[in-house]
Amino acid sequence: MGAIIYQIKRMSWSEIVLLISLVLVAAFLFLPILFIFNHAFKPFSELFNYPPTFIVRQPTFQNFNDLIMKTATGAVPFTRYMFNSLIVVVCTLFAVIFTSLMAAYVLSKHKFYFKSLVMAIIMLALMYAPETVGIPRYLVISWLNINNTYLGHILPFIASPVAVFLMKQFIDQIPNDLIEAAKIDGATELRIFARLVLPLAFPAVATISIITIQAVWGDTQASTLFMQDETMKTLPYYITTLTSAGAGGNTIAGQGIAAAAGLLMFLPNLIIFLLFQKRMMETMVHSGVK
Amino acid sequence: MKPNLTTTKRPMRMMPAISIQKMLSALWRQRLSYIFLAPFLICFTLFILVPVFMAMFMSFTSYDGFHMPRFVGFDNFISLITQDQIFMKYALPNTIKFAFFVGPVGYVLTFFLAWLIYQLPKSVRDIVALAIYAPSMVGGLALTVVWQAAFSGDYVGYLNHFLLKFGFIKAPILWLQTPDYFLDIMIVVTVWMGFNVGFLAMLAGFDTVNRELYEAGRIDGIANRLQEIFYITVPSMKPQMLFSSVMAIVGTLKAGAISTQLSGAPISPQYSGHLILNHVDDYAFLRYELGYASMVSVVLLVISYFAMKLSYRLFGQKEGE
Repeated sequence: MGAIIYQIKRMSWSEIVLLISLVLVAAFLFLPILFIFNHAFKPFSELFNYPPTFIVRQPTFQNFNDLIMKTATGAVPFTRYMFNSLIVVVCTLFAVIFTSLMAAYVLSKHKFYFKSLVMAIIMLALMYAPETVGIPRYLVISWLNINNTYLGHILPFIASPVAVFLMKQFIDQIPNDLIEAAKIDGATELRIFARLVLPLAFPAVATISIITIQAVWGDTQASTLFMQDETMKTLPYYITTLTSAGAGGNTIAGQGIAAAAGLLMFLPNLIIFLLFQKRMMETMVHSGVK
Repeated sequence: MKPNLTTTKRPMRMMPAISIQKMLSALWRQRLSYIFLAPFLICFTLFILVPVFMAMFMSFTSYDGFHMPRFVGFDNFISLITQDQIFMKYALPNTIKFAFFVGPVGYVLTFFLAWLIYQLPKSVRDIVALAIYAPSMVGGLALTVVWQAAFSGDYVGYLNHFLLKFGFIKAPILWLQTPDYFLDIMIVVTVWMGFNVGFLAMLAGFDTVNRELYEAGRIDGIANRLQEIFYITVPSMKPQMLFSSVMAIVGTLKAGAISTQLSGAPISPQYSGHLILNHVDDYAFLRYELGYASMVSVVLLVISYFAMKLSYRLFGQKEGE
């Protein structure tokens, strides 16, 4: 804090005006998040006050309690969705980090046939949005017979061109001499990968973690399309049933619960981002497409 | 000279056999590279390449998910252009309007916001950037709660309450049920949440600009900050701008879900927020015309391909740059 105050004192007038207006813009854009935080802790009596209130007056954990208890009476308990989500996020995270790191390392430092072809396809696939081809993806999943399994959640995420691309751009700036030196010292490829590339690429790994966790933790495509078994679906899918009016969700009483669920969806992302923000900016410096 | 000729000639004739052998042995020598690449490449093929090609194939068929797909040639494409009123009247114009405001306009907005933030001292910068980046982290799903409360059609809705209080309107407006407002609300919400990875890439991109260039520019007669942006900043960070614009295109493409989330139904009120992606979902999951739906998604992919080509043309680096 001291450093911030010191820097603000040193700013010129125009800079202070800029700072204040930007802080206002940021605060405005931040409103939805404040809203979720407050709404999640509002007791039932405050949710539908007139005039509507923004800040919670008597915070309570009632909504979180309801969120857990509401489904306990239903077919599938809340904890099951939560458990599925956690399993899927953790497995996907490790799978994506290792596959993309391995692929990126090879694409960056090895010479082999078809390398430029693979790279060209990855560049083209950067613009790919899985939402556009949901049906063929569903067919592929059925052929592989991984409906209603955790693999059906995890495998599609491994195909992440953005992760490989960001990773490759970052590894590109690890000097080749370093790897050559390790080879001369007799290190095997596996050793180079584990002891040299993995630690050096840590900022990129952190960035990929942020992007992957965000994508997986909020994903509903796998649950809606690939999982027919209710016990295999994940938390975000459950939340859609709370917020959509038609699907049996009670919109009036559901608001507080939905806000609590929304907060639950947001917090892991925020924590991970705060942990890795510096590393992420280091990686984004190399995100340029050349 | 004669024997020499034959010796030089013989390898020439052997060329194909040798090069195949060479290639195979090279492939074997490079086996580790392929093993490293394999897990990603297999998943990539299964879940990206195969689905895209399947969608292309299915777009020429009539397929309901139960019977065998029946080959119908270009019929799907022809009926899209000649008969699909909803596509022509709602999905296409809506998507064009949506894509324009969320794409280029949102992109320029992102750039200027990132640039303004970059003018701040480092320590404050991170906090402001976090506040702006945060909404995109929440994800559209959790924010549904926020937008439904903000745009709620009764007196309790935050926007209605605000406008009533200051006398802009006399009676509450049904924001999310009125077709006139629906698309605009979608655009505002999407831009609001659109400060994503691309925004961070731009913010980081400013760091890569060589400081000395600004000094040199001042000597060469660059008069103001705006010229500085145009002649120095943008050209220097083209790579980041390109990455960011590709991310923007993906974001716009994916955005079909927002209309479902806002309206709480698969089809928005009177198709007012009907985007091409909603059209795909409509045919795929409500009408089970999978062939037709695939065709529409192929059209969408082609459109995004050209959007990407365009951004490469704009920000791509030319030879020797």
